[in-house]
Amino acid sequence: MSDDVIKAEGLTKVFNHNLVAVDHISFSVRQGEIFGFLGPNGAGKTTTINMLITVLKPTEGHAYILGSDIVKENMEVRNSIGVVPQEYTADEDLTGYENILLCADLYGIPRNIAKKRAIELLELVELTPFKDKRVQTYSGGMRRRLELACGLINRPKLLFLDEPTLGLDVQTRTATWNYVRRLKKEYGMTLFMTTHYLEEADALCDRIAIIDHGKIIVTGTPDELKESLGGDIITLSIQKDVDITGLVKKIPHVKEARKENGSYLIKSENGEVTAPLIIEALRKEGHVVTKLSLTKPTLNEVYLQYTGRSMRDAEESPEAVFAQRATMRRARQ
Amino acid sequence: MSETNGHLNSRSKLHGLWALTNRELKKWYKAPIVFLLTLIQPIIWLGLLGNALNLGSLVSPSSFTIPPQVITQLQLTPTQINGLQQLFGNLGNQILQSTFGTTSYISFMAVGMIAFTALFTTMFSGMSVVWDRRLGFLNKVLSTPVSRSVIILSKVFSATLRSMFQALIILVIAVPFGFQFGANFNPLNLLGVFAMLFLVCVGLSSMFIAINIRSSRIETPMAVMNLLNLPLTFASSAFFPIDKMPTWLQAVASVNPMSYTIDGMRQLLIFNTNYTQLVWDFAYVGIFAVVLTTIGVVLSWRYLNK
Ligand SMILES: Nc1ncnc2c1ncn2[C@@H]1O[C@H](COP(=O)(O)OP(=O)(O)OP(=O)(O)O)[C@@H](O)[C@H]1O
Ligand SMILES: [Mg+2]
Repeated sequence: MSDDVIKAEGLTKVFNHNLVAVDHISFSVRQGEIFGFLGPNGAGKTTTINMLITVLKPTEGHAYILGSDIVKENMEVRNSIGVVPQEYTADEDLTGYENILLCADLYGIPRNIAKKRAIELLELVELTPFKDKRVQTYSGGMRRRLELACGLINRPKLLFLDEPTLGLDVQTRTATWNYVRRLKKEYGMTLFMTTHYLEEADALCDRIAIIDHGKIIVTGTPDELKESLGGDIITLSIQKDVDITGLVKKIPHVKEARKENGSYLIKSENGEVTAPLIIEALRKEGHVVTKLSLTKPTLNEVYLQYTGRSMRDAEESPEAVFAQRATMRRARQ
Repeated sequence: MSETNGHLNSRSKLHGLWALTNRELKKWYKAPIVFLLTLIQPIIWLGLLGNALNLGSLVSPSSFTIPPQVITQLQLTPTQINGLQQLFGNLGNQILQSTFGTTSYISFMAVGMIAFTALFTTMFSGMSVVWDRRLGFLNKVLSTPVSRSVIILSKVFSATLRSMFQALIILVIAVPFGFQFGANFNPLNLLGVFAMLFLVCVGLSSMFIAINIRSSRIETPMAVMNLLNLPLTFASSAFFPIDKMPTWLQAVASVNPMSYTIDGMRQLLIFNTNYTQLVWDFAYVGIFAVVLTTIGVVLSWRYLNK
């Protein structure tokens, strides 16, 4: 067995015999990395997580968490993972502290240890002043942090985060990112997260898998994915209306050049080095460059390139819609 | 993170049972309004129905006056009038006794209410499964090392404990309303009542949970449960004795486990205990509980392992 923290082989989930939510996906997550699942609504992110955390049985395929089979050795898996679900699952009528103790009981952690850990975790997620307030009174950000604390109560080696910043404001989102980074850096934890925010994946994840229609389309580090698009984009205009694409294509590193709406789009590696070369080459031929801009590809372009531009009105199960609405509503409180 | 999970080995298979049961109970005893309502409800019922339908007062000696014409026609002496009134009163009591098995209708009804409350409490706890699913709590629990049966049992036990506590409240409230214990009542009989309630609640809530656990919408199980509730409540001896019902209703009532539960509790609380009947009641409810709990737990467990 390899020492991958997660190893999935042909993992598949079919709902009601005809809805293929996850379609033969294989990937592995290494020790100590933040691995991101990026994909549009209904892509199969939550379904994948539910299989990995032993809530759903795969229809086909296998997966191993820290070497344990998610079906045959599900108890070992459950003991070694922490889960922060997409929804807010904390009990409204209980206080934050009581909620954490409830989670501890679910793991069979003795009370004396549980209390100590609960205090530490409340401190970590900065909820200590609110620990004896009912969750009902918590804001969305506070609830999300409480979920995080609950997910950490059994000191997991691997933490699953499903859309950890859904519906949060920018401040809370940034704070959440910082917690995630701390977990990785200070505790050497491995994190598996899903998101449909590109900046989030870019800012946090060491590696990303883009998933759509239940299939993994591409996997790599954010930089690799951006480079896979073929480099930077240089846009320029010249004074005279002549075609210079043939000329530009001869310049080293230039991969592609085409005319679009009166200006030229040039794809090139190392755009900041290539751009002066282009200006120079054009000047020698007597062309005057009037405008030039350089864009580095963002994950946005990568994402659209791989998943297409159409919006997704995936048919969601009614409970998923309900839970999501409830979550969003409470996030805004 | 060096402090490892050394407690794992010492953990029992049933860990989490109390935590989850208590979570359900806390929703009830920590919410003052809900708690108060469970206290007020029996007062309203007993006051309204028990008194309004106070059949006893209809036939008591004082509610009975012999018309004056009759008195003059028969030339009755005051002692005779008194005697006659007494006679009719006694006759009334005898009718009550032979109809309800006790001269106090409020006692008869209070026991029916205990069973009725248990039915509703288990029904609502069954519905809470749907909320746990919809809000994602169920998935969270499923990702922890809590055994699947514990998840179901915690719901069953919380409903059972709640019903037992409510039964006690109804009894305590019924006493000032004129609840009369049977002639050979003994405080130990209360344990028997609790045993009976335990059996029926475990059976009923397993059934309701099995009905609810597959559903993500509240409407379907609601319809099913409403359909079940009507015969369970009214085709039983809760408010009216079975042998005075029309035959077709008698047929339904005589297989209804609620009837046996109620009869068993009445034998223990208000009747002159008929022990053969009591044993039969316990056997019937016991079998009902075992069968339904097995079916319920197996179905739910299978579903949770999908
Ligand atoms: N329990 C279920 N029963 C039937 N279909 C389901 C169930 N859960 C999910 N699905 C379907 O599976 C597909 C994938 O859903 P999933 O929740 O995994 O998507 P997701 O990537 O998490 O989307 P989102 O970003 O909206 O959370 C959807 O089409 C959904 O309708
Ligand atoms: Mg999801």
